Amino acid sequence: MMKKYHYWIILVALIIVLILLPKPLIVSPTVSTTITVLLGLALVVVLVLTLRGHMIGRRTVFLFIGVSLTLPFFMNFRMPIKISPEVQTLYDAIAKLPPGSKVLAAFDYDPPSAPELQPQAEAFMAYAFKHDLKVIIMGLWPQGPQQANMAVAKVLRQPEIRAKNLRYGVDYVNLGFQSGNEFVIQRMGTSFSGMFPRDIYNTDYAAIPLLNGVENFSNIDFVFNLSSGYPGTVEWVQIAVDRYGVKVGAGNTAVQAPSVYPYLSSHKLTGLAGGMSGAAEFEKATKEIGKANTYILSQSFSHMVVIAFIIIGNAALMVSYRKPKQKGA
Amino acid sequence: MKREIPLIITFVAGVAFVLQYFIPHYPFSRFENIFSDWFAIVGAFAIWLGALSLIKLCLLNISKKSHDWPISLLIIVCFLSIVIAGAIDGFQGMNNTPATSFRDPGTNFDWLYQNVYTPLSSTMFAILAFFVASASYRAFRARNTAATLLLFSAFFVMIGRVPVGDYLSAWLPERMQLSHWANWLMAFPNTAGQRAVMIGIALGTVSTSLRIILGIERSHLEG
Repeated sequence: MMKKYHYWIILVALIIVLILLPKPLIVSPTVSTTITVLLGLALVVVLVLTLRGHMIGRRTVFLFIGVSLTLPFFMNFRMPIKISPEVQTLYDAIAKLPPGSKVLAAFDYDPPSAPELQPQAEAFMAYAFKHDLKVIIMGLWPQGPQQANMAVAKVLRQPEIRAKNLRYGVDYVNLGFQSGNEFVIQRMGTSFSGMFPRDIYNTDYAAIPLLNGVENFSNIDFVFNLSSGYPGTVEWVQIAVDRYGVKVGAGNTAVQAPSVYPYLSSHKLTGLAGGMSGAAEFEKATKEIGKANTYILSQSFSHMVVIAFIIIGNAALMVSYRKPKQKGA
Repeated sequence: MKREIPLIITFVAGVAFVLQYFIPHYPFSRFENIFSDWFAIVGAFAIWLGALSLIKLCLLNISKKSHDWPISLLIIVCFLSIVIAGAIDGFQGMNNTPATSFRDPGTNFDWLYQNVYTPLSSTMFAILAFFVASASYRAFRARNTAATLLLFSAFFVMIGRVPVGDYLSAWLPERMQLSHWANWLMAFPNTAGQRAVMIGIALGTVSTSLRIILGIERSHLEG
């Protein structure tokens, strides 16, 4: 069996290979298939070893997960992505908005959730700007407005959007972070300017052209909430939807998404993009293909490896059941 | 009076909150705005309090040379670096025409955020993937009926929520494909379970809130 230093050797060798190889490195579909088959064969070997009574350690699991997460970044695979009903509902709600509609984008997440939520943010921003939706950005998490700035800066570099000459304060505005969690949403129900007297550039609310006539949720056509916890989608539904009747669609992390499904089936929540798969589906629906469509391949591989290890774990359980019987016989 | 005054404040604030929710008209509607403003102000002070408390704790660790004191030093250095970078960028931005924010691309704060904070916090979160995989290997074992049900649910959700599920089951009719099974599990058993949890939490919150408002529960006054 492998010793501890073997893992270090493999890790260092992998890093050296990655540094030395030319970039951007994308292997051909044939090589990609070969790598996948080799990974599968290695898992079969682990299964056979387990059935023979050689239990594997957690480092072997870590190694397989590391490899299955990393290698797909260099593979030339495309898998068909089917849009789920909840993402389709979200897209339909956004697609129905006529040009000039005012959309509130609430960024309630921080960098650890960015791999799942930032692609959704970028796809949403690109779609909104291309379809002349007016975007009002805010955050109930301190890092949210920064994540929004990153998404805006990225999509503004797209030639089609750059050609529109979008102006800050006229086509989009960033109101920044406000402390107070769900009470911020509650106060916004009566007065936006009460909670956000100035934007992130310290400009008075009244001096921002986009916000002329925006007093409360009655003047907002749709809320798109990107959330990874508290405060987030649950609070937006409980206050903005329930009390003020505004339409809210959400992008959530995979961990949080299951907890908002009750709001989805009761039509309180207008669509949901959950986790990396939701992000990839949302990118496909909006035709703004970005990072999620690349990351989803890594997630597919890692899910397959985890499933393989669940099977191996159960094989180990079977072996452990069989052993006492053999002793008894 | 040390106990009575906080209890009276709790009672008045609690009742006012309940009234403003169910009677959204003047003068109760005014309560909502006043309390929301107060909450935002208290929340903002809490951020300061948390930051100062962290600094105090770290300084104590350093002065006593307690276990892992260099980490406390590192925390203070990192904290001050990002605060100073943000403050300098913020003050410079106010003098620029048009005004710029410390969060704008190209600022020192943005550089620290994108190149230090984001990779470090993402790494911490990404490590979860390895632990989840290891835990799945050990935990998802068909030891009894409940564990077997959990195992099969995990299998269908994990494979059905990624494109590889449909890729492998493309030969089946649409309603039999793995994504359909995963969607069904999320939309029905998961929603039913979540609803039960939500209703339980709501009932617990109502009863605990009533106990606090009426002064029966007083643990928040201790310590």
